[in-house]
Parts: sequence; C-alpha cells; structure tokens
Amino acid sequence: MNKSWAIFLFVCLSLPALAKRVEVCATCPSQSIASALKKVEHGDELVIKSGVYKEHDLLVPFGIRVIGEGDPVIDGEMVGTIMTFGADSFSVEGITFKNVGQSYTKDFAAIRVTKSKNFTITNNILENVFFGILVEKSKFGNITNNTISGTRKNESNSGNGVQVWHSSQMEISGNEVFGMRDGLYFEFVDNAEIHDNRSHHNIRYGLHFMFSNDDAYYRNVFSNNGAGVAVMFSKKIIMHHNRFELNWGDASYGLLLKEIYDAEIHDNVFEQNTIGINTEGSTRINYHKNVFLRNGWAVKVAGGCYDNIFTENDFSHNAFDLSFDGHLNGSYFKNNYWSEYTGYDLDKNGIGDVPYRPVKLFSYVVNQTPETIVLLRSLFVDIINFSEKVSPVFTPDDLLDNEPLMKRPTIDVGIPKTI
Amino acid sequence: MFKILKYSFFDLMRSSWSYVYFAFYLVLGFVLLFLNNDVSKAVITLMNIIIVLTPLIGTIFGVMYFYNSKEFTELLLAQPIKRTTIFMGQYFGVSVSLALSLILGLGIPFLAYGLFQSSAIFEFGLLLVVGTFLNFIFVALAFNIALSHENKIKGFGYAILMWLFLAVIYDGAFLISLVIFDDYPLDKFSLIATMFNPIDLSRILILLKLDISALLGYTGAVFKQFFGTSLGFVLSLGVLGLWVILPVWRINMKLRKKDF
Repeated sequence: MNKSWAIFLFVCLSLPALAKRVEVCATCPSQSIASALKKVEHGDELVIKSGVYKEHDLLVPFGIRVIGEGDPVIDGEMVGTIMTFGADSFSVEGITFKNVGQSYTKDFAAIRVTKSKNFTITNNILENVFFGILVEKSKFGNITNNTISGTRKNESNSGNGVQVWHSSQMEISGNEVFGMRDGLYFEFVDNAEIHDNRSHHNIRYGLHFMFSNDDAYYRNVFSNNGAGVAVMFSKKIIMHHNRFELNWGDASYGLLLKEIYDAEIHDNVFEQNTIGINTEGSTRINYHKNVFLRNGWAVKVAGGCYDNIFTENDFSHNAFDLSFDGHLNGSYFKNNYWSEYTGYDLDKNGIGDVPYRPVKLFSYVVNQTPETIVLLRSLFVDIINFSEKVSPVFTPDDLLDNEPLMKRPTIDVGIPKTI
Repeated sequence: MFKILKYSFFDLMRSSWSYVYFAFYLVLGFVLLFLNNDVSKAVITLMNIIIVLTPLIGTIFGVMYFYNSKEFTELLLAQPIKRTTIFMGQYFGVSVSLALSLILGLGIPFLAYGLFQSSAIFEFGLLLVVGTFLNFIFVALAFNIALSHENKIKGFGYAILMWLFLAVIYDGAFLISLVIFDDYPLDKFSLIATMFNPIDLSRILILLKLDISALLGYTGAVFKQFFGTSLGFVLSLGVLGLWVILPVWRINMKLRKKDF
C-alpha cells in the first residue's frame, strides 16, 4: 500500500519536471516559431518573446502551452491560416495575430482548432483577420478575453470572429468582436455558454446560432450590427441579461428567431432597433421581463408561432408595439407595461382595469399591405388608430393584454448602457 | 406692392393674432425641449404638429384676413393701383407674418437649447423650410377660395374642407387605394400620389431625413432612392414651390375678370 502511494507520488511530482520550456526570440536558439515547434512535445511550454514573427501555417499537433511574453506579434502576411491546433489540453495566451489571408474556398483563420479537448484561448488580439478563431469538432474549450477585429466591407469576402462548428461544452466569454461578418457564429454546437462578450459593428450578425441546442448566452452586448442577432433552428436556448442596441436599417432586427423551440428570453434590453424581436415559426418561447425601448417594431410575430408567452415586459415608446400575423395559437400577453396604455386603475392594485390592445389598426394594415407604411405619422393614421382603439373591428379580438401594468416594471439588466 | 405688403403686415401685427400665433410656437418649443432635452427628438414631435397645424392656421388666417379687409381692399381698388399689386401685397403680408411667427417662435427656443451644437440642425432647418412652404401654399389656396366666393360662410366652409381633404381625406383615399390595388406594383403610384399633396410631400421629405425612415422598409427604399438624392430633394422642393406658384397664378387670373 505504502509502496504504491510512493510510486503515485513520484509520478505526480515528476510530471511537471518532464515539461520543458522552449523560448522563441531574436537571440534565442529558436528564432522562429516553426523551428521551435520541432523541439516541443506534449505538455511543454512554448514562450514567444516580444517581436514580429512573419509566419503562417503553423501546425501544432501536441498539447502545449503557447505563451506570449511582451506582446509578440505573429504576422500572417495575408497568406493563409496562422496557427492550427489539433491536440488535447493546449492553451494560447497573450499573442497578437495579424493579417490572415482571404479566400473564397478555404476558411483561413488566425487560430484554428480541430478535434481538440480541454483547450484555452485567452487574452489574444486578432487584427485584420479573415476568420478569427475557428473551432471544429472539439469539446471543453475556453475562449476568453480576446479582441477580434476585421476590416471587411461585404459579406461575400469576409469571415466570422469566433466560429464554432460541431462542438460542445464551450465557454466563450469576455471577448470583443467587431468588423467581421458574424461576430460569433455557432453551428451544431451544444451546451455552450456565451457570456460577457461585446459584438458590434459586424457586417451581418452580432451572434448567429444554427442547429445548436441547450446553449445559454448572457450579459452580452450586441450593437450596431448589420442585421442584429439570429438564432435559427435551435432548441432550448436561454438568452438573458443581454443588450441589443442600435441594429438600425432596412433589414435589421435586435433578435431574429426562426424555428426555435423551448427558449427562455428574459431580462434583456432591446433599444433602438428597427425590429426588436422578429420571430417566425417559433414554439414555446417565454419572454419575461424584457425591455423594448424606442424600437420601430418592438415585436414582430410572423406565421407559425405557437405558445409564445409575454409576461412583465416593458414596451416603451416604440413606433409599433406589436405586429402579429396569423392566429394566436396559444400565445398570450399578460402583465406587460405598455407606454401607450391609457386605461385606469380604480382599485389601485397596479394593474389596469381595461385590457390593452397592442396591435394598432395601422400596424395591422401595414402587415397586409406593406406599401401603406408611407402614410406613417399622417393625421389620418392617427385618427383611424384612435377609432379602432375605441371600438375594435379589424384587429384580432383575442389579441390583448387583459392585465396591463400601470407603472414601468423595474428591470435590472446589470449591464451599463452603452448608448 | 411693397407698401401694401407693409400695410397688411403691420395691420396683422396690430391685430395681435400674429403675436398669439408666435407665442403659441414659442411656448410649444420651450415646453417640448423642457420635457425632452433632446433636440433631435423634439424635431420629430414638431414635425407631427407642423404638418397639420401650419396648413390649418394658414387656411383660416388667409380666409379671415381676406374677408375682414374687404372694405379696405375696395377702397384701395378705387385708387389708381394695379389689382395684382394690391392682392399680392396682401398675400405676402399675411404669409410673411405667419412664416415669421413660425420661424421666430420655434427658432428662439431651439437656439436657446443649443441647436448649433446639435446634429439635428439640418433636420430643423428643413422643418422650418417645409413649414414656411406650407404657410405660403395654404394662404394662397385660401385666397383662391375666398376670391371665388362672395359668401363668407361658404368660403370659410370650403377652406376648412380643403384643409380637411388634404390633411386627412386624401390620405384615407390613398390608403384605401393602396389596399385595394395590393396586387399591383405600387411604388411609382405612391411616389406620385405623395407629390400631389403638399402635406404628404412635406411629411415624407422630413421623415426620410430622420432615422425613423428605416421603418419604411422596401417602399422606403424606393422613396429614398428618389428623395434621398439631391436631384429628388431639389425636385420635391420644386414641387412645393409649384404648389405656391400655381395658386398664386390663379389668384392673378381670377383678379382680371372679377367684378368687385
């Protein structure tokens, strides 16, 4: 018994001693990362000292720690992928990656990870990249505190900031992504946690989910993206405490939901988006305690939505609170605050005594005939909206909030306003 | 003409209605900015008010002034002065005094709240230009109606009806035709239909300059392509100008044959 313990202890103590440290710098034995990579093996430490290294297509097939000391820069010279990892238990930190080549057929990235487990990518700066961090068929990854930026102008020749494909158990946090096509892109990714990221000024989406299940994203800020955030064909996604701001343009939304099942959306702020939430074919979605402030449309519900439940949300100063297509199908609104509600509360219980109808006649007409939007803010429109409010004829009878709140609910998102 | 313009102008000044009108805009401007310190947001609210109210005030003032000063006009007509001179003097007297009330009444509060530091200065300028145009257009239309009808009640009724038509009924007919002819491409039609109504034209012109224009979506894109370019902008200001020139020209035509 004692003997085996001693052996175990010996093995444990000697393991760190086996790991060696290989340095790369102008005066070191290894002056390039490529040559240093030939000397390392699993468990070693590769330290890159400050300097500019013009290298690309670096393959790392073993689990090593790559550490940048004194802000080293790896310049890909616009050729191809800079570093490709294909091993378990590696980490990359403190390095600036620059100038990743552009291609229409290959996904060149600053850091590419394939079939790896237990890796950490942290505190790196990725500038002028095609794809930033590209993760494929991997598990238990940690991507934190990186700054990823691109200078692309159109969708066809640009890549994504963080792209994760066919992976699970990922944590992506504290990153800042801008100037890319999609800030964060997830396809076939399960059990991922995405939090405290800032994704802004991307050409297409700030965050994009496809075919991904059981994921959560929270405390992120998505602002000024071409088309906002899209969550499509996914199940059991939890979205909370995020800010969706200033996604303003002809085809923009704060959040696009398409073919989503069983999602929870709570404590988010949607401010100044053309459409706050655009939902289509989504089922069993709970919208709870979200703030919709000064959007064009706060919520636009297109066809095929079942059981979308809106409770205790704050709809303030939107041009249209709601646009609803088709039947209610079990969706309902309860205890929301509507800034345009003009009812009264005689028993002083904080809940209005008359129901509120969130769909205005004009919003209904625009839904039927989009061209009529040119009459926006015309006196005639105000008059018909008023008369419809007094005695509803056209707008769906059952589409109402029976217990609207009289006062704005206090909703603390926990992220300071950025606009 | 200038002398008569001056008489009409000072006559209106003395009648204190222009002061009331001026004070109304002054208070409106200050209250709006007091409630909401953001100049650019106040511009949106003002737009709603200006495109409805300036035409209404212009119409009522124009008709009232014309009927009220009838005796003075007849006295002037007995003098060796050209008819055109008399009526143009009166027309410009009314229009200029109303436009001044509008510009000063809104300009002062906005200046006080730091218009020049705001990015909304262009939108605000456009708002005033459009408001002034609407003033001139509706006073001219009101003069036309008053010239054609000796009966005050009739004239007044038609003037209000004209305002009601352009501000409300026109949009209603427009909306219904858009809904009925849903199956046809309607972009060109709505573009042209907007041109034919000065109130709609002003509304679209201002809306497109505000960021709310993103709401207009696909139809808005067509409008933006047209109004967004400097050619479209000049053209639509030209149409507004035409809306002033045509009624004024008709006043002069009518004057030649009219038996006072």
